[in-house]
Amino acid sequence: MTTSAPRIRAARIEAPPGKTRRGWTGGDDSRLAFLFVLPAAIGLLAFYFWPLLRGMWLSFTSWDLLSAAEFIGFDNYTRMFADPVFWNAIRVTLVFVVLNIGIQTVVALTLAVLMQRLTQSTLVRSLILTPYLVSNVVAALVFFWILDFQLGIGNQVLEWMGLDRIGFFTSESWAILTVALVNVWRHMGYTALLIFAGLQAIPSNLYEAARVDGASEVRMFSSITMPLLRPILGLVLIISVIGSFQVFDTISVTTGGGPINATRVLQVYIYDNAFAQFDFGYASALSVAMLAILMIVTFIQYRITRAGQTDLN
Amino acid sequence: MTTSTSRSRRQGRRRAMWRTIVGSAIAVGLIGATGCATPTASTDATLDYWVWESLQVPAYQKCATGFEAENPGIEVRLTQYGWGDYWQKLTASLVAGAGPDVFADHLTKYPEFVTRGVLLPLDSLEATRDFDGSGFQEGLADLWVGQDGLQYGMPKDFDTVALFYDEGTLEDAGMTPADLEDLQWNPEDGGTFEDVIARLSVDENGVRGDEEGFDPGNVDVYGLASGGAGGDGNGQTQWAWLAAATGWEYTNADVWGDEYYFDDPRFQATLAWLFGLVDKGFMPSYQSVGTSPDPVQQLGSGQAALSPNGSWTISAYGRLEGIDLGIAQVPAGPIGHPVSMYNGLGDSISAQTDYPEEAAKFVAYLGSDACQIMVGEEGVVFPARPAGTEAAVAAFESRGLDVSPFTDLVDDGYTVLFPVTTNGAEILSIMVPVLEAIYIGSEDVSRMTEVNARINSILQE
Repeated sequence: MTTSAPRIRAARIEAPPGKTRRGWTGGDDSRLAFLFVLPAAIGLLAFYFWPLLRGMWLSFTSWDLLSAAEFIGFDNYTRMFADPVFWNAIRVTLVFVVLNIGIQTVVALTLAVLMQRLTQSTLVRSLILTPYLVSNVVAALVFFWILDFQLGIGNQVLEWMGLDRIGFFTSESWAILTVALVNVWRHMGYTALLIFAGLQAIPSNLYEAARVDGASEVRMFSSITMPLLRPILGLVLIISVIGSFQVFDTISVTTGGGPINATRVLQVYIYDNAFAQFDFGYASALSVAMLAILMIVTFIQYRITRAGQTDLN
Repeated sequence: MTTSTSRSRRQGRRRAMWRTIVGSAIAVGLIGATGCATPTASTDATLDYWVWESLQVPAYQKCATGFEAENPGIEVRLTQYGWGDYWQKLTASLVAGAGPDVFADHLTKYPEFVTRGVLLPLDSLEATRDFDGSGFQEGLADLWVGQDGLQYGMPKDFDTVALFYDEGTLEDAGMTPADLEDLQWNPEDGGTFEDVIARLSVDENGVRGDEEGFDPGNVDVYGLASGGAGGDGNGQTQWAWLAAATGWEYTNADVWGDEYYFDDPRFQATLAWLFGLVDKGFMPSYQSVGTSPDPVQQLGSGQAALSPNGSWTISAYGRLEGIDLGIAQVPAGPIGHPVSMYNGLGDSISAQTDYPEEAAKFVAYLGSDACQIMVGEEGVVFPARPAGTEAAVAAFESRGLDVSPFTDLVDDGYTVLFPVTTNGAEILSIMVPVLEAIYIGSEDVSRMTEVNARINSILQE
């Protein structure tokens, strides 16, 4: 990762000056090149920018799909700020993200460090990645059955141990934690592998030097691994936090947002409004709010973790 | 020389590439055009007909075949989607202008379709202009009359609610099916209905709910199965039959009411009694059944003894193994007789259809004795025409099932209609979390007063 950056800069400098002078209108090849870029550009405009702009426009309208969208100014936003379910959805989403990312990062970091320090086996690495190969919906449904209050083997085991059964997906206090843990189970291997790749980039002579100085494993972890891993950890956090904010499938196939509103995260609430009530205007306003939140969160994260800079130099 | 050669070669390559691009575009266009080719000469019109109930597909396939035989030149294409996908696909296809010509419609959905102008009134088409509502079970045709007085659906089938049970379970409790006849219920002490539920509840030590030492925290068999909080279906199989037996009604009118009565003390007392059964150990808790409880499964697994459910589930109960299935009427309430919700489905014609007159012919056929008897003979639902209902009753009887607890209520007029109002989806989204909270026990039934005010303010907007 880190070593490739200077090479790219060098490549830019070495580019023949003639190419840049002619520009895209200058030569015949550039027109053909433009033609090749066109499909991707059209794709980007049609499937990315246009829906984004249209979504923003729709958030200022009242639209139920069947009749024409009617401009209503900021009504959807006024309604949103006064909507207790919206604020509850924000709270539930944040709780989910904190639980999911918090647990996931600690587990993944531990796995990655163990992988690097104890074994370099490709088999172990592949095994750790296996849950990620299962689709979210399948993983969620399997856990939904395992943890079923009546029939689930999870609750059977609790009972054998002399404990009370737990409504993992059906109790208000457990549901969001359960959903977060299902997501942790599925994503931890992938995250661990990303972090492991970052660990591989740390020069081994640093550890050798530390070992000569008599540093313990814990000391090496806190003084070498963590500081040098910061950029990659920052990147992993940004990616996983964005993914975590967008949780939908795990909840949709298990609790559907319930009990009451205990797992009604923002995405589920957006879906309810759009596809159950066909209130696309309001759903669009909620989506714009989601976009704004994600942008702020990413910006803050980027600044805090300084993910664009490395301490290796 | 060399530059001009290479340039002309490059131009040649570019021309070839342009030719390929343009050629491919034309080819794709041609393939697309052939794909849109009109049906063969023998077919004048192809009608798309959508339904959501998979068990009804064979019956309606027969109707479609029968209709095609009577109307050469019109072809019917039957499509089925599960309930969840059905409404999304339907709405999306109506937006895209590619919806079905005729589709099975529900009372919670059609008011919004009427408001958006996507349905053709039957009165506007020749084949259905002389629609006669009296040819159907009483009241069913009125459910499909819009606020403008026009008919937007052809009655298809109807459903009511009764109690399913296993005769073996009754025997174990020292009871017979006769003990389930003429049950009385009231929201204060539950009447003889609660006595039966208590008797049928058994804790893990084998102690019955009406015996000393019953442990409500460790129950093996619950007297009453749980169908959930009922927020997403107006409590049709959960509390509607109890609340209506107190004399309570949903709204201020049979259809198109603009004021709900969820603030009525009789309604709230009913909810308090029903969900109070959880603490008594007579009904499974929300925690144990979750968001989509299945009363069929609860009876089948021996987890519950009495399983209240709609007539559309008769076949599902019939397929349970190791169960000696019996059906009993819901209990009589303070008004002196039992009451069930009476819900009717219908067939509607899309305003986007290219063949409105042909669609009307098909809908007229769907509402005819000929088709409804065929549907009845399949023994899945009760068709809306009396002859169809009789055929269904006979079909169930041939399988050893006495379904009179469902039909007697209709014959006696002991029914309450499904509430047809505007803003159905929005109302349900308000009801669901609150009723769940009441079932869980984290909200008091009095919260329904506030919910009622909110719903009524939406209706009066």
